[in-house]
Amino acid sequence: MKELKVRLLVIIPAFNEEASIGGVIASVKRHAPEADIVVVNDGSIDATAEVATRAGATVLSHLYNMGIGATMQTGYKYAGRYGYDVAVQVDGDGQHPADSIRFLVDTLVKNRADLVVGSRFLGEGDYKPSLARSTGMAIFSKVVSAVIKVKVTDTTSGFRAAGKRCIDFFSSRYPDDYPEVEALVLLHKKGFSIMEVPVTMSERASGHSSITPVKSVYYMVKVLLAIFVDLLKRV
Amino acid sequence: MYYLQIFSIIGSLVLFAIVIDFIRRGLLKEKYSVLWLASAVVIMALSVKKELLDSIASRLGIAYPPSLLFLVAFIFVLLITLHFSVVISLLHEKNKAIAQELALMKNALKEAGIDVPGKARGDDRK
Repeated sequence: MKELKVRLLVIIPAFNEEASIGGVIASVKRHAPEADIVVVNDGSIDATAEVATRAGATVLSHLYNMGIGATMQTGYKYAGRYGYDVAVQVDGDGQHPADSIRFLVDTLVKNRADLVVGSRFLGEGDYKPSLARSTGMAIFSKVVSAVIKVKVTDTTSGFRAAGKRCIDFFSSRYPDDYPEVEALVLLHKKGFSIMEVPVTMSERASGHSSITPVKSVYYMVKVLLAIFVDLLKRV
Repeated sequence: MYYLQIFSIIGSLVLFAIVIDFIRRGLLKEKYSVLWLASAVVIMALSVKKELLDSIASRLGIAYPPSLLFLVAFIFVLLITLHFSVVISLLHEKNKAIAQELALMKNALKEAGIDVPGKARGDDRK
C-alpha cells in the first residue's frame, strides 16, 4: 500500500516528569521518526523542560500549572498554527506504547476519522485496573457509548490521534480538568467521527495516576455531570 | 420610626455612598457596581416606605415584615456571588488563553534565536 504522507505531531503533556520524559521522547523518535515532538511543560518545578529539550523535543512551558486540559490545548494550538495534519497525544509518564502511534495515525487517515482512541480494553491486553477504577471506567463507557452512539470501551484513554478538523476544534475548545471523556461528547456534538483501536499499555514508568482515591469520587461525579451539561452546550 | 428602620436606612445609604466612592476612585468598575447599587436602592426603598414592606411581606406570607429585608439582602448577595462566579469563569478562560499564547510565543522567539530567560528564583517570591 502507498504510504500516505501526513505531517504528524506528537504532543506530550508533562508535569514533573523528569524521570520518564527522556525515555518517552526517545521511544517516540524510535517508533515514529517522521513525527515532530512537542512537550507541553505545565509549570513543572523539576528539570522536565531541560531533559525534554536535550532529548530533542520542542518544549512549550506554561508559566504556572494550569492542568491537563489547558496543557493539551496548548499542544493543539501549536499543531493548528504550524499546520500539522495529525496530532497524537502521548502521556509523559511512559505508559502509552509509542509503537502503536503509527497504527493510530494509519487508522485515522485510512478511515478519514476525526479522532482515533487507543483502547486498553479492546483485544488482548493485560491491563488490570483496580475494582473501583474498572467499575468507574465501565460506567463511563456505558454512558458515553449511549450518548454518542458509538461504542467506546476506554473513554479515559489519553492515547489518541486527532485529525485536522479536530485539531482546529480543540484549539478553540477543550475541557479543563479530566478532559478525555468530555472531549468525546463535544466531538460527537460537532458531528465528528470517533473510532477506537486496541492498544496495549504498560504500567507507568514513574509517578502515579493523577487520580487518588479521594479525588476519584469527585472525578466520577464531575465527569458524569459534565457529560450531560456538554449535551446542552452550544458547540 | 423603628430602630431597625433607621438602622437599615443608614446602612443602605452607607453602602450606596461606599459603592459610589469606590467607582469614583477607580476601585470598582461600573460594570460590577450595578448589583450593589440596586441592592442599596431596593433596601432603602423598603426601609423608608414601611407600608410597602408590610404589604409585600403579607402577600408573601411573612409574619414579621422586617425579615423581608433580610430576604431581599440575601437574594442580592446570592445574585452578586453568582455574578462573580461568571466573571471568574470568563477571566479564567482569558487568563488561560494568555498563558498559552505566552508559551507559544516564547518558543517562537527561541526558534528565532531570541532566548527569553526562564523564571528566576526571585520571581515567585512575594
